[in-house]
Amino acid sequence: MKAFESFETPSAARVNYLNAQYGVKSWLLTKDHKRIALLYLGSISFFFLIGGLYAMFIRLELLTPQGDLLSSTTYNKVFTQHGIIMVFFFLIPSIPATLGNFLVPMMIGAKDLAFPRINLLSWYIYLLGGIVTIYALLAGGVDTGWTFYVPYSTTFSNSYVVAAGLGIFINGFSSILTGLNFIVTIHTMRAPGMTWFRLPLFIWAQYATSLIMILGTPVIAITILLLAFERLAKVGIFDPAAGGDPVLFQHLFWFYSHPAVYIMVLPGMGVISELIANFSRKNIFGYSFVAFSSLAIAVFGFLVWGHHLFVASQSVYAGLIFSFLSFAVAIPSAIKVFNWTATLYKGSISYDTPMLYALGFIGLFTIGGMTGLFLAALAVDVHLSDTYFVVAHFHYIMVGGTLLAYLGGLHYWWPKITGRMYPEGWGRFSALVVFIGFNLTFLPQFVAGFMGMPRRYHAYPPEFQVFNVLSSAGASILGVGLLIPLIYLMWSMRYGKRAEANPWHLPGLEWRTASPPPTENFVITPHVTWDAYEFAPPEEMRVVGTFGEPAPLDESASPIEGKP
Amino acid sequence: MQTSWIPFLPPSASTVSGKVDALYFYLSGVTLFFTLLISGVLILFVIKYRRRTPFEIPRPIAGSHKLETLWSVIPFIIAMSIFAWGAQVYFQMYRPPKNAVEIYVVGKQWMWKIQHSTGQREINELHVPSGRKVKLIMTSEDVIHDFFIPAFRVKADVLPGRYTTQWFEATKPGTYHLFCAEFCGMNHSGMIGSIVVMQPTQFDNWLSGNAGQQSPAVAGQQLYESLGCVSCHGARGEGGRGPALAGLFGKQVFLSNGQTVIADEGYVRESIENPSAKLVNGFGPIMPTFQGQVTPDQLIQIMSFIKSLQASPGTTAPGSSPAPSGTLRDGRPQLQSTK
Repeated sequence: MKAFESFETPSAARVNYLNAQYGVKSWLLTKDHKRIALLYLGSISFFFLIGGLYAMFIRLELLTPQGDLLSSTTYNKVFTQHGIIMVFFFLIPSIPATLGNFLVPMMIGAKDLAFPRINLLSWYIYLLGGIVTIYALLAGGVDTGWTFYVPYSTTFSNSYVVAAGLGIFINGFSSILTGLNFIVTIHTMRAPGMTWFRLPLFIWAQYATSLIMILGTPVIAITILLLAFERLAKVGIFDPAAGGDPVLFQHLFWFYSHPAVYIMVLPGMGVISELIANFSRKNIFGYSFVAFSSLAIAVFGFLVWGHHLFVASQSVYAGLIFSFLSFAVAIPSAIKVFNWTATLYKGSISYDTPMLYALGFIGLFTIGGMTGLFLAALAVDVHLSDTYFVVAHFHYIMVGGTLLAYLGGLHYWWPKITGRMYPEGWGRFSALVVFIGFNLTFLPQFVAGFMGMPRRYHAYPPEFQVFNVLSSAGASILGVGLLIPLIYLMWSMRYGKRAEANPWHLPGLEWRTASPPPTENFVITPHVTWDAYEFAPPEEMRVVGTFGEPAPLDESASPIEGKP
Repeated sequence: MQTSWIPFLPPSASTVSGKVDALYFYLSGVTLFFTLLISGVLILFVIKYRRRTPFEIPRPIAGSHKLETLWSVIPFIIAMSIFAWGAQVYFQMYRPPKNAVEIYVVGKQWMWKIQHSTGQREINELHVPSGRKVKLIMTSEDVIHDFFIPAFRVKADVLPGRYTTQWFEATKPGTYHLFCAEFCGMNHSGMIGSIVVMQPTQFDNWLSGNAGQQSPAVAGQQLYESLGCVSCHGARGEGGRGPALAGLFGKQVFLSNGQTVIADEGYVRESIENPSAKLVNGFGPIMPTFQGQVTPDQLIQIMSFIKSLQASPGTTAPGSSPAPSGTLRDGRPQLQSTK
């Protein structure tokens, strides 16, 4: 059988979004969602490296029970900054701002997002928030924990709380703008024939995430503002000496920050739906159940914040309701896992790197989700809350879940984004290293937590050392596993094999245009007549065809030797 | 349940620790089952349905409402069983028994100050008898702390400006970890100590061996007099220009705004620091505030004194009984917070 070709022409000879214009200005003033996605990719990778560096110091310090590498003040700053950078500047923007930005218009057959200028603005806001936060880190750092609990953060901490809070406050607006942009785009800019139930599940997930972003983020903004007023002007909202209530802060904080967990993981679930369906060439089992479970998670995710306060003097009756709702919100996640697994049944499963990440995600997300039930169970949470069990649980969701989905998605769409293939052998190898390193890092922390080791401890009783040594060993393997893709992905941008338009032979709209795509995504406006994940033999796929060939690159106008 | 053979189990030394562990094992079993089920099926499918020819297109399968119902309902039932079990044990953990021994805990950066009702003071160490119910009444001088005893499977936040409680009944003599579990600043990981569980007789010896310190009720009486409370509330709390205090604790108080409150630690503290917030029916806002004049330790002493006035005012000399009565809020479902 002849190899499937959707595009004969090597894409380098065609105009695409990368070679359409050159120069720093063409990037910094771009309104192209694909270029903005790359701006985000660069900046979140930078923050990921900083956050990873902090993680390295945490694991080095915890190798021994004594607090010997860092002073306790420094250690407190290191874990705080690890949390702030990773949550607000990596995990929350990770999939929406990079893959989402790149793919939402492409997957629905649009030329761009609804508000291209607002999209660029969101990146500048993100950058400004990042710069303010980095200023806070360089000026002296912040030591309150990423949770900023009062009254420690308002009255007792001598660190740069307001500056760090300001960075997060500013950054929140970039989330809101991205969410707004996605919602309007998905509502109004779908190509002819792209009905709601033909949308790829990645789009449903981005839609649900965007709802949380625009509804939840204002609450964290208000909370940070109140915290700043309290710290600077002693207004007495949270200070019990002035009639305030410190637990009110925790309610407000988690009203955003619990849904924020779903901001982090829902897009990952969207990526996994794509990977599982496309790499087994099967339509998603129970499409509408997977789609609506995203919305259910987004809605019910707003009603469970109180499960962070089971030991924080919340009334037992409130605890009862929040516990019940937390168990209820677990069901849509379970439905997704079962449907992904059922999708593989009688599929044609490939072992490409993105699929390895997807399979790893399902395993780790299952453990992460199931250990969430321990923490939702009132009596068990009393023992486990604020221990390493919690740390292990949320890393299983955020690293085992979100980060693996992000890496899987990045490999999957890498040929589309860069027009180059990544080295498959290295990809599979690093996926395996990441999986092993991750489990070795965080499995022992479940045990240490149940044994009673509290989190945020700079020094700890010696009986916990064995778990910490295992964890630190795992973290170094995980670190290597994450460095390998960083190196080969950058290498592949120049030296990788040129990618075809549709290297995986898939029906999705983003694969029916050149790799990399032209600035306007599709030369001809697509008309969609098929369902998402409607796989066809190559001959038939060619009949359905692609949407126009980009113009050949005008070599005489090529600025390659002209501009920097 | 005999669980000492299970590896990676923290010491289990209270009446609730076995109950928490039982649910923990159930959860671990459910987790193990579903993780193995999912990963087993995943691995089976991935091997069995691997891609054999480059362009094979498998037959699409639409889905199945039956299966969707099945794997929504079964997890929901399992989840509800965990929920109900967890809630049931939690209610036991937070409903303090009557006549528990009361011990006061004050957290501050970065130490635990503990005072027994007989007067003994301890720092970062708490001696308790086995086989007796102990109730901790806790507050903080500065930030939020958390009093965590892994061996007892109990933990509760300790907040500034309010009183939280937790109770336990130790079962096994020994020395166990005490941790601060809520991040509280620089030396958070140094805010640790030990819980020493003793046989009841040994504990009584320890109490009497450490006697000679002033009981909090006596110290409270001195404060009561030196702060001038006597002039309005009476030497034995019989009342006068101010409402009577004898027998007050745990009782319903009718307020001038028509509401009622239960006189607990939080109410008494508020009435001392911000007297006009909840005026007792029939009394005017004439009491000055004592905010800033009374430390959390002294508040506890004054409360101990007021509690000692409970039984029959005027007859029992405050502090003469070995321990102030521990009956407060009898029969009422105890909320953890007593603000």
